[in-house]
Amino acid sequence: MTEKKDLLGIEAQVEMLNKERKSNNAWNKLKRNKTAMFGLVIICIMVFMVITADIISPYDPNALDLGNAYSKPGVNGHIFGTDEFGRDLLSRIIYGSRISILVAVGATLVAGAIGLVLGLISGYSGGIIDSILMRIMDGMMAFPFVLLAILLMTILGSGAVNVVLAIGIANVPIFARIVRGQVLVVKNEEYCNAVRVLGASNFRLLFGHILPNIISPVIVQATLSTAGSIISEAALSFLGLGISPPTASWGNILRGGKDYLNTAPHIAMISGFFILITVLGFNLLGDGIRDVLDPKMKK
Amino acid sequence: MNENKPILSINNLSKRFKLRGGKLLEKQQILHALSNVSLDIYEGETLGVIGESGCGKSTLGRCIVQLHKPSSGEIIYKGENILNKTGKELKQLRKDIQIIFQDPYSSLDPRKTAGAAIEEPMIIHNLYTPKERKEKVLSLMKEVGLDTQHVYRYPHEFSGGQRQRINIARALALDPKIIVCDEPVSALDVSVQAQVLNLLNDLQKKHNLTLIFISHDLSVIKHVSNRVAIMYLGKVVELCDSKEIYTNPKHPYTQALLSAIPPESPFEKKVQIELKGEIPSPIGEQKGCALATRCPYVTERCTKEIPVLRDVADGHQVACFLY
Repeated sequence: MTEKKDLLGIEAQVEMLNKERKSNNAWNKLKRNKTAMFGLVIICIMVFMVITADIISPYDPNALDLGNAYSKPGVNGHIFGTDEFGRDLLSRIIYGSRISILVAVGATLVAGAIGLVLGLISGYSGGIIDSILMRIMDGMMAFPFVLLAILLMTILGSGAVNVVLAIGIANVPIFARIVRGQVLVVKNEEYCNAVRVLGASNFRLLFGHILPNIISPVIVQATLSTAGSIISEAALSFLGLGISPPTASWGNILRGGKDYLNTAPHIAMISGFFILITVLGFNLLGDGIRDVLDPKMKK
Repeated sequence: MNENKPILSINNLSKRFKLRGGKLLEKQQILHALSNVSLDIYEGETLGVIGESGCGKSTLGRCIVQLHKPSSGEIIYKGENILNKTGKELKQLRKDIQIIFQDPYSSLDPRKTAGAAIEEPMIIHNLYTPKERKEKVLSLMKEVGLDTQHVYRYPHEFSGGQRQRINIARALALDPKIIVCDEPVSALDVSVQAQVLNLLNDLQKKHNLTLIFISHDLSVIKHVSNRVAIMYLGKVVELCDSKEIYTNPKHPYTQALLSAIPPESPFEKKVQIELKGEIPSPIGEQKGCALATRCPYVTERCTKEIPVLRDVADGHQVACFLY
């Protein structure tokens, strides 16, 4: 910026540099990515639903109206129809989003955070620490997922937060494995050696250089994990370990609806549709974030 | 150049790598990457280190910047053995001794812009204010011949030569006294090689740098170095002025190495000394002169004793029983 050129004045150069820096800014890159923005819009709608559930839902989600059970969508002012007890499906979907989104995001955050830290420590330090941590992870992976979640739920007790914790912890080994594998590859790259020679601390090397270079597969796993968590929550609810019955969640609406697929298919289809859309939203946004973090993807 | 006072002394440096056996209960083997290397490096000079692949030249460079922990021996810098240093002292030391790596493609973090890469060493050592750092980054970029407009570009947007310039700028950011150049040009095109070599030469004069220049390219070494150390199988076999090595090579290995340079004119007659056989394995116990199995002048003594580096003429050291 101190250099003077004949063709381009200093101001023009500074402007050009700022433009380049601005266009490389993560948020601006994300804005240019149309599919990622579509995903973000979906998630924003879901979050809006979570926050304003009390205001926007037309009926009490738990009010029984047995005379109107199995109403088709649009009948008697029930936009999405009613379920087997005549409860308004739209209201239940709106209230259910609270549990489902909380579990999806919360469990992924728990699993991602713990898995990332364990994987980084394990992969970077190697040796005996690595062996111990990975054998524990192997042990956890050897258990079927649902069994592990049931075990944790029995220890923790029921309730939404405990569902988040149980599903999160059960997902930790997958993240830890992915992170460890990537760290093993990246930590011996020449640029890590270069930073060591510069005198950087292990902390700086791990979080400044290794972490940014291994984050892509973690984000992909996270988007998959949000989808899986919604379903897992439904499984736990079904077994009576998750959210107790009258409280709605997308998972238990879907579970309930599957028994009436012949007579009232709209119950399972609508709740399934919401799960699908949400998962799609997280996937699109996750892909977008991964691309944004990769400097080679400029456009 | 002060010939009398070495800035860095390497004494009997050895590096042994332990090889884990592939099979269960297999005996652990030892690879002798460096055996008893002793070198003095003088301030302001360029010491060329040359040798074929696997002879330990990169290991030597990495031991000097302490990426490898040597198995034995010492490296004396400013009167102290730097191998004993840890923590803060080591960090301070790293400011003085930097390295430029061979592969310009893998030695830059793909997720850091050129400016960020050059700025990083100053952040690590907490030098200057943020504004001064930015200015220093730009002046360094100009100094190594990079366009200052490219500060926000990522490594993949640069060519090999430009990346190596970023590496050089990063190494220079701490104002080091010694730079280990680990084959800095061998991954580059010949035309770009010359540019980078000239750049290193200019920078050396300007900053009074001491360079340890590792290469397998005889012509590159001839171009840049004041003195040359020839390495063979983890040992320095000959050490002398760079002119002397081309006119008066003493060690049989050096003679063979130099005879492999193609003659400049097709009419020039050149006797090629061929070394028969393969390099012996550096794994396992080392016995006798490493060249004994291939040397045309081999005697019985060569197979039993390991020759040490001795002065045979003024500043010309050879590790061979012939002299």
